[in-house]
Amino acid sequence: MDRVEVVQVVSTCLRDVLSDEEGAAPEQVDESTQLIGLSSVLDSLGLVQLIVDVEQRLQSEHGISVTLADERAMSQKHSPFRTVSTLADYICVLLEDEYAHARP
Amino acid sequence: MPDREVILITGSRKGIGRHLAEHFINRGALVEGCSREPCELQHENYRHHLADVTDEAQVKSLLAAIQKQHGRLDVAINNAGIASMNHILLTPAATVDRIMDTNFRGTFLVSRESAKLMKQRRYGRIVNISSIALPMHLAGEAIYAASKSAVVTFTRILARELADFGITCNVVGPTPIETDLIHAVPREKIQRIVDSLAIRRLGRYEDVANVIDFFVQPSSDYVTGQVIYLGGA
Repeated sequence: MDRVEVVQVVSTCLRDVLSDEEGAAPEQVDESTQLIGLSSVLDSLGLVQLIVDVEQRLQSEHGISVTLADERAMSQKHSPFRTVSTLADYICVLLEDEYAHARP
Repeated sequence: MPDREVILITGSRKGIGRHLAEHFINRGALVEGCSREPCELQHENYRHHLADVTDEAQVKSLLAAIQKQHGRLDVAINNAGIASMNHILLTPAATVDRIMDTNFRGTFLVSRESAKLMKQRRYGRIVNISSIALPMHLAGEAIYAASKSAVVTFTRILARELADFGITCNVVGPTPIETDLIHAVPREKIQRIVDSLAIRRLGRYEDVANVIDFFVQPSSDYVTGQVIYLGGA
């Protein structure tokens, strides 16, 4: 799974979450879309929904089991949940780790 | 996706969990059970998983299997639990870890992963199990009661955090029932507990199922974060 696909998964999930609530229109979603902070398109519950939805979509459509809200994410000085782009980068790091561990 | 409700019951191999599995099978539900050891219960509407609720990876696999099979989860009953009676001066630290792991950490993990699946349909019922050892402050059950106290506090906050997803979370606290959990407890002690209840008899599996039926029915969507102790404890 490459970064382009990861961005697609995050963007699709974000559009789904946004379509459930008022706020930013789905077409505004791109890699720079803010997920936390004052300019965020999501409230705190929306971010929870997004993270869970991304985990589930990776599992159901790609057979990949990752936990995004793990201790590493929570302890990072700069949250990986800042934007669509940083979240995608973080997922790619997790997938690389997963791949590295899966190799004999 | 099945049009019947899908129910997950942990610790369904024996005792209360086994009774609840049969209860919900008889009601026409599709029941997914789990325990660390194989289960003898066989029914077309029952599927058993070998899973340790304290193991995060195993719990995630369990819920992934349910999602794959049914695409939905209506009810999760965190029944898996262990007990150990001992004076605290004689309680090994390893016993504390074991009890907290199964009773609290297991409940947390299964609740978290179940809620992820339930929220997809914006509907769910989580029922956790406490014990009258908690309100009655039973001597010899400090660690067990403390683990159940954690379950109660966890459930009350869980109820608030999951309300927006249409998921209710409640607790039932049984009295002693003739299960493996109390086989090691002296008869006189059980009798003393029973004598201090408002309703002085041992509990029955049906008493527990009755409260759970109330919590999980769709019309109980305004009931969450509540604890019901049986027997008037």
